[in-house]
Amino acid sequence: MSGSPTPSPLILRQLRKAYGDVIAVDGLDLEVRPGECFGLLGPNGAGKTTTIEICEGLTEPDAGEVVILGRRWGTDDRELRELLGISLQETQFAEKLTVAETVRLFRSFYPRGPEAGEVIDLVQLGEKAGARVGQLSGGQRQRLALACALVGDPELLFLDEPTTGLDPQSRRQLWELIERFRAGGRSILLTTHYMEEAERLCDRVAIVDHGRMIAEGTPRELIASLGAEHVLEFAVAGGERLDTAAIAGVVGGGEPGRQDGVWRLQVSELHEAMPALLGELRRQGVQLSELRTHSATLEDVFVTLTGRQLRDD
Amino acid sequence: MTTSRRGWRDHPLVQLTLVRYREFYREPEAVFWVFIFPVLLTAGLGIAFRSRPPERIPVALVAQPGADNALARGLAAADGIRLRTLDDSAAAQALRTGDVALVIRPADGAVEYRYDPERPDAREARLRVDEAVQAAAGRADPVRTNEETIRERGARYVDFVVPGLLGMNLMGSGIWGLGFAIVDARRKHLLKRLTATPMSRPQFLASFVLSRLTFLIVEVALLVGFAVVAFGVPIRGSLLVLAGICLLSALAFASLGLLLAARPRTVEGVSGIMNVVMLPMWIFSGVFFSSSRFPDAVQPLIQALPLTAVIDALRATMLRGAGVSEVLPELAVISAWLVVSFVLAVRLFRWR
Repeated sequence: MSGSPTPSPLILRQLRKAYGDVIAVDGLDLEVRPGECFGLLGPNGAGKTTTIEICEGLTEPDAGEVVILGRRWGTDDRELRELLGISLQETQFAEKLTVAETVRLFRSFYPRGPEAGEVIDLVQLGEKAGARVGQLSGGQRQRLALACALVGDPELLFLDEPTTGLDPQSRRQLWELIERFRAGGRSILLTTHYMEEAERLCDRVAIVDHGRMIAEGTPRELIASLGAEHVLEFAVAGGERLDTAAIAGVVGGGEPGRQDGVWRLQVSELHEAMPALLGELRRQGVQLSELRTHSATLEDVFVTLTGRQLRDD
Repeated sequence: MTTSRRGWRDHPLVQLTLVRYREFYREPEAVFWVFIFPVLLTAGLGIAFRSRPPERIPVALVAQPGADNALARGLAAADGIRLRTLDDSAAAQALRTGDVALVIRPADGAVEYRYDPERPDAREARLRVDEAVQAAAGRADPVRTNEETIRERGARYVDFVVPGLLGMNLMGSGIWGLGFAIVDARRKHLLKRLTATPMSRPQFLASFVLSRLTFLIVEVALLVGFAVVAFGVPIRGSLLVLAGICLLSALAFASLGLLLAARPRTVEGVSGIMNVVMLPMWIFSGVFFSSSRFPDAVQPLIQALPLTAVIDALRATMLRGAGVSEVLPELAVISAWLVVSFVLAVRLFRWR
């Protein structure tokens, strides 16, 4: 295609959805660019699944506009179903069928796409092709779900929490598969509550909370927006009484915030902040019981924006 | 990337139907309940209620010193009774425990009968014994009688119950077969996942009906074949009419199964609904005994039940040799259930 920019595969404008009194999605705007992996990052109940299911045509929005690959639900359903690859959060495939039978069933619904065997090899389930779904591990089931999403050769892939509940090794394996799909130039919208996953896979992320987008950008931009590269966390023995203003004055980076008994400070110069903090704590006569530092992550962005952790666990 | 023309096996309807077969035959329990159990039930009922030669009723003659030998000889030769000679107290004991139905006590040229008139076998024994006693004493019958006994195939209990079991089986496998599979797929979010593909929803539902029709052939052939071979149950009507009734019934019950499974999200929920719907039919529709035994007031209700119509039609064609025109009212009831259930099911069906 010469010159003219490729249209965005997914555009959401002022999307709203309520279930009774609960507002799941509250005026969401979002655009996925061609060839991009876009992440919806947020805690459970933030409205991520509702948003992605509206995009998948499984849930009707109360208001707002959804344009997918230049088409709309309600008029181009059949075409859209053929163009989208979908992995839902908690699908259990029929346990009595084998991997090959399941993929072949899904393949039969699509007019084009790779052969079942090719997709099974692609998601590295070749050795398990003849195994019953009931005998697969959690990671293998997620890869089967990915195979069923890829079997129609989709233009746009929707992945709802593709690695939730998986062990670290299975998670990394799935990340590699998703990266390989993206390398083919197709676009992806995924939801996750693992910031590590969003940082690794996503070109851009939107942080959502209570159905609203509270930040958007590349993971690097969002972390940089904190204005601090490091996070200092400490706890003091018996201490709610802490002169936070004095600490802020000495250490810089604003007043420390307290959460679950741990104080957090964002700092840019760790080698200066650390001795200053220790000195100030000694001056105030409080005893340090915990001290940690780490490089700032998307999690810290979320905590800074909402005052809450991304995950409960 | 392959977009070449694909074989018939990769048609979605074929793949969906294959899934139904695989899920069925990979579940040995389902195979047992659908195919084997009805045959075992038929065998059990057929053996339990098989026709037997009339039993001889046990009676006791109280032994008396210097008794009338002519009486004892006459009784020994009598039809339909088995005579034991006991002393007074043993005879009383046997009567109390039901070992004998009647006690005969000769006394001074007369004969005394002791029995419970509420026991049918005791009343029969009284008639037979008295006959023998009077004949032994020289009574002559003024009218000569001839007897001709018949035994008709088709009038036995097993002949009555096989069409009932066939109808019950058609209902059970239609409702259970569809209900559980659909609700299970909904519970696992598999239905939702399938609707996110370009899959045609009518084809999905059609795959259930198609697989039901295949299983139907095996089910009916096994049960009817067994009943004919093992018990000589008659099929007096045309096989074509019988097959037609089975087909229509299976479709009606499949639609009913679809309707019952249209909303529930849990297997427990749908089991409850299925039991509530099927239990009245097991009781009232005449599987094991004729539905005409229920009061007239509830008859219109009973006749409107799909299983009643199915069983009546099956009995009419198997036992009476009825043709299509004679079972039209039943076929109309079955068809009405088919259409109404299917339309409602499609309308109410919850895909997620």
